[in-house]
Amino acid sequence: MKLKTALLGAACAFAFAPAAFAERGADGHVNVLYWQAPSTLNPYLSSGTKDVESASLVLEGLAGFNEKGEVVARLAESVPTVENGGVAADLTSITWKLKPGLLWSDGSPVTSADAKFTWEYCTHPEGGCAQAARYEGVSSIDTPDAETIVIHFSAPKPNPYMAFVGGTSPILQAAQFANCLGAAASTCTEQNFGPIGTGPFRVTEFKTNDTVSLEANPNYRDPAKPAFATMTVKGGGDAEAAARAVMETGEFDYAWNTQINPELQAAMAGGGKGTFLNGFGTLVERIEMNMTDPSSDLAEGERSTTAHPHPILSDIKVRTALSMAIDRQVLVDIGYGAAGRPTCNLVPAPDMFASDNTGCLTQDIEGAKKLLDEAGWVPGADGIREKDGRKLSVLYQTSTNPVRQDFQALIKGWWEEIGVATELKNIDASVFFGGDAGSPDTFQKFYSDVEMYANNFDGTDPEPYLAQYMCDKIPGPANQWQGENINRFCDPAYDALVKEMSATAEMGKRAELAKKMNDMLTKDSMVVVPLVDRGRLSAASTTLGGVVLNTWDTEMWNAQDWFRVK
Amino acid sequence: MLTYTLRRLLLAIPTLLLISLVIFLLVDLAPGSPASEIPLTVPPEVRAKILEALGVNEPLHIRYLLWLKQFFYVEPLNGIDWLFGTDLAGDMQRIISYQTRSPVFPLIGQRLPQTLTVIGTAYLVGVMIALPIGIYSAYKQYSLFDQFGTMFAMIGFSVPTFFTGTVFIIVFGVWLGWFPTKYDTTLKVTDWASLIKQLRQMAMPVMVLGLANAAAISRYMRSSMLENMKQDYVRTARAKGMSERTVVLKHVLRNSMIPVVTIIALGIPSIFGGAIITENLFGVNGIGAALIGAIHGNDLPMVQTLAFIFAILIVTFNLIADVLYGLLDPRIRYD
Repeated sequence: MKLKTALLGAACAFAFAPAAFAERGADGHVNVLYWQAPSTLNPYLSSGTKDVESASLVLEGLAGFNEKGEVVARLAESVPTVENGGVAADLTSITWKLKPGLLWSDGSPVTSADAKFTWEYCTHPEGGCAQAARYEGVSSIDTPDAETIVIHFSAPKPNPYMAFVGGTSPILQAAQFANCLGAAASTCTEQNFGPIGTGPFRVTEFKTNDTVSLEANPNYRDPAKPAFATMTVKGGGDAEAAARAVMETGEFDYAWNTQINPELQAAMAGGGKGTFLNGFGTLVERIEMNMTDPSSDLAEGERSTTAHPHPILSDIKVRTALSMAIDRQVLVDIGYGAAGRPTCNLVPAPDMFASDNTGCLTQDIEGAKKLLDEAGWVPGADGIREKDGRKLSVLYQTSTNPVRQDFQALIKGWWEEIGVATELKNIDASVFFGGDAGSPDTFQKFYSDVEMYANNFDGTDPEPYLAQYMCDKIPGPANQWQGENINRFCDPAYDALVKEMSATAEMGKRAELAKKMNDMLTKDSMVVVPLVDRGRLSAASTTLGGVVLNTWDTEMWNAQDWFRVK
Repeated sequence: MLTYTLRRLLLAIPTLLLISLVIFLLVDLAPGSPASEIPLTVPPEVRAKILEALGVNEPLHIRYLLWLKQFFYVEPLNGIDWLFGTDLAGDMQRIISYQTRSPVFPLIGQRLPQTLTVIGTAYLVGVMIALPIGIYSAYKQYSLFDQFGTMFAMIGFSVPTFFTGTVFIIVFGVWLGWFPTKYDTTLKVTDWASLIKQLRQMAMPVMVLGLANAAAISRYMRSSMLENMKQDYVRTARAKGMSERTVVLKHVLRNSMIPVVTIIALGIPSIFGGAIITENLFGVNGIGAALIGAIHGNDLPMVQTLAFIFAILIVTFNLIADVLYGLLDPRIRYD
């Protein structure tokens, strides 16, 4: 009996041996398609998410986020917390320890000096660093020895996992970027296009806005990974062509952001060559209500400012009625399919911050009509409601995008059913989101009654996101229309909650405050009308294993774990 | 002839300067900002700093004069440095793209091979198909071949490339699987196998564009041939006892080619402009794709530089076409 078990055990061990001794580079080549091509591999000079994603194959931070939104260590030995003493009890400092023996892809050792240099690089006043917000509140960084990094904050920071955590804030090699500080950042093309990193891959060739050619990093800390010897990240085309390249022709193993309409999703998913992966993060498509008057009768500099409250939308009954008339499930079915779900929350995730708010999910046309009647808006001869000689009409603007135009058409139908005259407008995305103070069509200027777009927040903590709706963040001529409180919502009670949250460390209490603030903006005041919780939709080939879609970090976050399914 | 050429060249200089100013004003005054592609998660103060670092906030005339200096002085110096290994340019600031924060000219240089290979080949293929079709259609006017040739030209003219391209992708890429749908720009042709691969990935874009080009040129060829076939010298040549082949391909063709050659020469700048739609559809990532990407991202230096280069090419090839016309046809003399 013993011999038999021993022989069986030996046979099993031999069967599993190949998997256990999987070699670096054994699985050959992997092809990835980012239809928005990466323009640079330096996330600090990036012009979009695609750059951060591609760079995350090469550059890493001390820690990152996993698919559940938890902080996991990458270059650090472990994640510092208040319990293990890594975070100071008064929340003004955090101490990270690097793993021993870490090497850059060129063989030189990784030291704490690299981390300090990266902070100096991104906070340089002339550098134009795109990720400067990750280092907000950092007053200084000490490097007592080569493996210890102590970050000091100017005020207690309940969420210290900002600097050096996640794909948007990796560590650069100080030796490589030494001459690239400040205004010299854009002269360092070689460095920006071929950063030396600690990630599973290193760059062999980069054709900007076209292709990144990578090979396995010989100095990667796990000798058995990555399973792929070479990788290509190609760019160009659109979401549909990208989905087709994975799901129908099998030319690519992974395609990022294949946002295609539900019928196409269904048609392609049946092919059997690939699967669609979807994951939900914090991206919410919403309608913002303008609390101020955008009328063109007012002078420039007076339009859409707090000096003139909105004549129609200042009434909460009207705002509520407009929200009640919308059938969010129909919007999801038509626009996003599996990649979206209806929501009433501005902050739909992480779970602990999601408020129990489902009141808006059922459409109620009759209820909306009743509310408008109660508010004094009486239907006129043409079906459009009137009050004191003014017609109930709204100008509804959004960016040029087929799904958004479909939404506009549907919502216009519902609003006209309840007697609201709706005029639709769409503006090219590069103008709408451009933030140009001279243009009347930016979403900050908000020269319309309602507008629709999507927004999200970086990382897992909604505090800076919710803080956007404070009274002093209202865009106006005084601050060149650079403000994030688009609705011009101003409530001292809300501001007080924001201040309270910035001083609260205990996670349970923070979650409670976040939920309260979310409710104040959505169901209590109807100033922000969330529509769809938009998830990420990407396509992966059935022959590619180990892929886990992560909406909290980059989609390439675990490329070292990918392998070819045999 | 020489004085004509010199006069045209001298006139071209103020024309090009005016063109550069108009392009600059158009792109600059158009709404939109390079900050539009930066995600909304980046707060406004950081965006303002990024724009400051890009140099977007300088006054209009400063930026225009700086661009002129960079284009006509700094970039040629850099070109000489690259060719001959000298260091004349030193640290002078080059034209920097807003999207990639890297110099514009190396980007154009990187993109040129794909555009010339794919779009250039498509143009060549188009011409090679069009000429025989045009000649034979004119020779056998109203025959079945002529009717098919006309139909082919109508389809090539009327059906847009984004439609034919998509149809080809679905038929040849998805259903038949003969050709790849995405162009691999890193493919280096070193041996027979890689050459086959390169030809396979070029096949579809070349077919799509070749069809569109051939349609136009075949009609010009046909009408030019028809005009010449009715001339008296053709009757004389036949009376002299020359074979049909000699009459058509030696006498008539040479005279008919004159307008067609000039039209082909005028079409060459469009190769460099890249076929924007086809490049985007097949992922060829050449100059056309670079231009459209730069426009979307409000990348003013890139758009400005590319548009100005196209203007130079168009002016140059216009001049070449005119001179060629004069060279080929002794009856034309400019003064």
